[in-house]
Formats: sequence, C-alpha cells, structure tokens
Amino acid sequence: MSTIFDYEFMRNAFYACTIVGIVAGAVGYFLVLRGQTFAGHALAHVGFPGATGAGLIGLSPFFGLTVFTVVAGVGIGLLGERAHRDVAIGIVLTLSLGLGLLFLHFYTAFASQATNVLFGNVLGISLRTVIVLAVLAVVILVALMLIARPLLFASLQPELAEARGVPLNLVSILFMILVAVATSEAVQIVGVLLVFALMVAPAATSLRLTRGVLAGIGVSIALAVGIAWISLSLAFLTDWPTSFWITALGTIAYLTSGAVQRATIRHAVDPSTAANDRS
Amino acid sequence: MSAVAFDRVTLTYGGRRVLSDVSFSVPQGAFVGLLGANGAGKTTMLRAILGLIKPSGGTISVLGGTPKRGNPSIGYMPQARRALTHMGISGLDYVLTAAGGHRWGWPVASAAEKAAAWKALEEVGAADLAQRPLAELSGGERQRILIAQSLIGDPQLLLLDEPLISLDAAHQRAIIDLVHEVGERLGIAVLFCSHEINPLLRAVDSVLYLGNGKAAIGNVDEVISGPVLSKLYGTHINVVRIAGRIFVMADDVELESGAHVHDL
Repeated sequence: MSTIFDYEFMRNAFYACTIVGIVAGAVGYFLVLRGQTFAGHALAHVGFPGATGAGLIGLSPFFGLTVFTVVAGVGIGLLGERAHRDVAIGIVLTLSLGLGLLFLHFYTAFASQATNVLFGNVLGISLRTVIVLAVLAVVILVALMLIARPLLFASLQPELAEARGVPLNLVSILFMILVAVATSEAVQIVGVLLVFALMVAPAATSLRLTRGVLAGIGVSIALAVGIAWISLSLAFLTDWPTSFWITALGTIAYLTSGAVQRATIRHAVDPSTAANDRS
Repeated sequence: MSAVAFDRVTLTYGGRRVLSDVSFSVPQGAFVGLLGANGAGKTTMLRAILGLIKPSGGTISVLGGTPKRGNPSIGYMPQARRALTHMGISGLDYVLTAAGGHRWGWPVASAAEKAAAWKALEEVGAADLAQRPLAELSGGERQRILIAQSLIGDPQLLLLDEPLISLDAAHQRAIIDLVHEVGERLGIAVLFCSHEINPLLRAVDSVLYLGNGKAAIGNVDEVISGPVLSKLYGTHINVVRIAGRIFVMADDVELESGAHVHDL
C-alpha cells in the first residue's frame, strides 16, 4: 500500500476519482430524487457513438461523448414526462450502441479503446484529462448550486412548484445538461455501461440513510468518493478492474442501506398504531 | 370582494371542454366543498384559479385580481399523484422546499423561511412531526404536513385537491375538522376538493358541484338534490338520505362511492 502513490497513473486515478466522485454524488442525488436514474443510464449509452464517432473523425472521444450526452440531455429535458417511455428509451439505447459499433467498424484502430469507453479505464487517465475533469466539475457544481433550490422544489412537488411560478421545463433542461456532463465525467472512470454504479448507487444509498437534503448530498458525495478510492486500492492490490470493484461496492452499499433502513423504521414505528394507520 | 368569482367561464383542457359558461362566487372565509365525479373538472378548475390555465371564455377573479401564477395569497395542496420516492426527507425539509422554492440558488432556508415553516406547522399542530421522515408518518400525518405547507405565506385562499384520498374515515374527519378550524381561525376561504360529500357534511358552508361542464353552488340541501344533480350528470339521479348520510344514485349505482373506489 505504501507504494500506491509512487505511480503517476495511480495518483492521476485518485485525482480523477475524487473529482468525479464529488460530481457524481451531488448530481446523482438529484437524479435519484427526481426518479430519473434511467436518464443517466440512457445518456451514457447515447454518448458511446459520440465517443467512437469522434475517434473516427480524429477528435477526442471525451469531446464527442460530452457533445452527444449534452444534446441527448436537452432532448430528454424537452420531452419531460414523455421521455419515460421504456420502449422508446430501449430502442434509442440499442440504436446508440449499434451506431457506436458501426463507427468502430469503420475505424478499427480505435477498437482497442472500445473496451475503455464501455467499461472505463481509470488507470489510463492522463494529468491533462484530470485537469479537464476538474474544470468541468467546477462548472457543474457552480451551476448545480445556482439551480438547486427550484430543482429541489420541482423534484419533490412538481405541481406545487409550477403553481408557485417555478419554470419546470427550464429547470428540467438545465438539470439534464448537468447530468449529461456529469455522465461524461463518470464514463472516464467506469465506462458507458457502468455509469449507474457511480451516479446512482451512492446517491440511492444516501437517500435511504439521510433525512435532510444537505446531509443527503454530503453523504452521497462521501460514498461516491469513498467507493472509488477503496475500489482503486483494491484494484491495485488484486489487479482486478477498478470498474468491477466500484460496481461491487456500490451494490453492497445499497443493499446494506436497505437493511439499515428496514431496521430503523421497524424500530421507530410504534407497532400499536402502525397497523391501522398506514394506507 | 369575493375570494373566487367565475363569470361565464369556459375552460378547455386537452381539447376537451371541461367547464362551459360557468358562473359562481365564493365569499371570503367560506368553506366550500368542491365535488364532482372523476374528470368533472375539479383539478382543472383549481389550476385555472392558480393561473396555470387560461379560460377560453369569461373572466375569473381571485381575491379581487386576475389569476396569476405564483400568487402568494393562494395556498395550494396538489393531489398526491406519485409515490413519494424521497420518503427519508423530514416533514420540515419538505415544507421548507415550498418556502421560497421558486428562487434560484442553494437550498438553505433563511431564518424568516424557517420561522414561516414552523408557524405553519404549529398552525396545524404538526410541529412534533416535523423532524420525522415522511416514511415514518401515517397517511393522515403526512396530509397534515402538506396542509401546513399550503399555509406558508399567510394565504387568504386555500385550494386543497383531494386531501382525503386513501385516508380511513377517522383520519378523514380529523383532516376536515383541522382545515375547518384553521380556515375559521385565520379567516381563509377554502375550496376543498373531494369525491365524497359525506365526510364534508359536518364542515362545509356550501358545496360547488361540477358535472357535464356545468356547476351548481349553494348549501348542501340546495345542491345535493335529485333535480340539480340530474342536470349535472345528464341522467336521472336519485338522492337518498339515510341516517345523516347522503347517497347519490343513478340506476341503482351509487355514484360517489363508486368514483371513490375507482380512484384508489
């Protein structure tokens, strides 16, 4: 363990995981709160042809990925409730992966990187990428702070928020753009297919364990960063992929929080009134 | 000045004419039951009062002005449509999201907003519930938190959309008595939307009954009668009163309780 920070790629990996963990934890919290977790999943898939297509025309895959996710994010934001159609989402997702595959077919030199885009390769992150991640992270977090208040209101009580004058569509589109950029960041760590592990698992765990909103965001960030750090260390020790550890730890955290939640609720509710009070 | 006045108002929603040439007025401080079957236009009417839907004909006046979105003088409790996915959040935090939730920025409540939230919670006797997560509250307790939220900002008009849904009879009574008492104490006009007239009988000053694009307003005996309801439903209606309860029947089918069961 003492040598883990002697390697530059490990240091970069820890920087990247810290940055992305903070972003994914914060954005993911609102994503789970809004019941839009599959939008995050979908955005990552739509990003795949962006990444491979950018490679095809000689651009940075990260750039192509981000452009595609942002465009898709605006689309989902505009569609609003209508985006919750599982067949339509499924078709768009498979079409995206199909297109990505087609681009790979035309640009075989990129094929070796395909696994990295799909499953992430945090150990291959350069210092330059770390700096890009950091700049984008600051932008995302500042923007999130600016919209957090109406976003929270619109997420918890859309009908009331609308009546009180919150522009629901605008808030929804702005948030989906943030989700898109955050997804692109998370893809650098865990890849297109496993974004859920970093964006959703820590946030969902936190929502089960916390009561206040600010505490919830804090715990979500701490879990995302903590899971990423431990996963990196485990990857270093075991030589197994970091992405695997992130998915495994995310799942364990979520399952554990479920058990904790059930235990505390059973404990808190007085059994004499619970039976006929619940509707 | 009345709390709400409709003058020959026509409302359309999704291409369908929901209300047609409807006129009525609700005096300040009155407790009015808003009744009608599913799809009769109760929620649409509330949304028009809130300024979220423009009437396609006639004029609506709310507390002496035209309806406008974000009017702080109106307290609103929407119908609970979605499952609460965020039940870990405390009642206080939930109420606080409504206090100034329309402003941009980070969601830290100011001292004034916290004071307003506590005042509203105390108004409905829910201060002791405030710190507990919504998941641990019963349906009736949760409704009290939501009513507290609608009281933030000292409204003069309260619009409550189906607060009785999924509550048992005892909790329905408790919620109605609470709203009645708070409305009288604070001098707030209340439009209380419900499928069923019976739970409301003990509290309402008058009822506003919607059906078939029309509306009838008056006290319970005037409105809940065979001839009036037959016109609203567009079919022959019998109104039967037994042991202080009212049954509205069409062809031996009880309309109100049928609608209620359907909605659950």
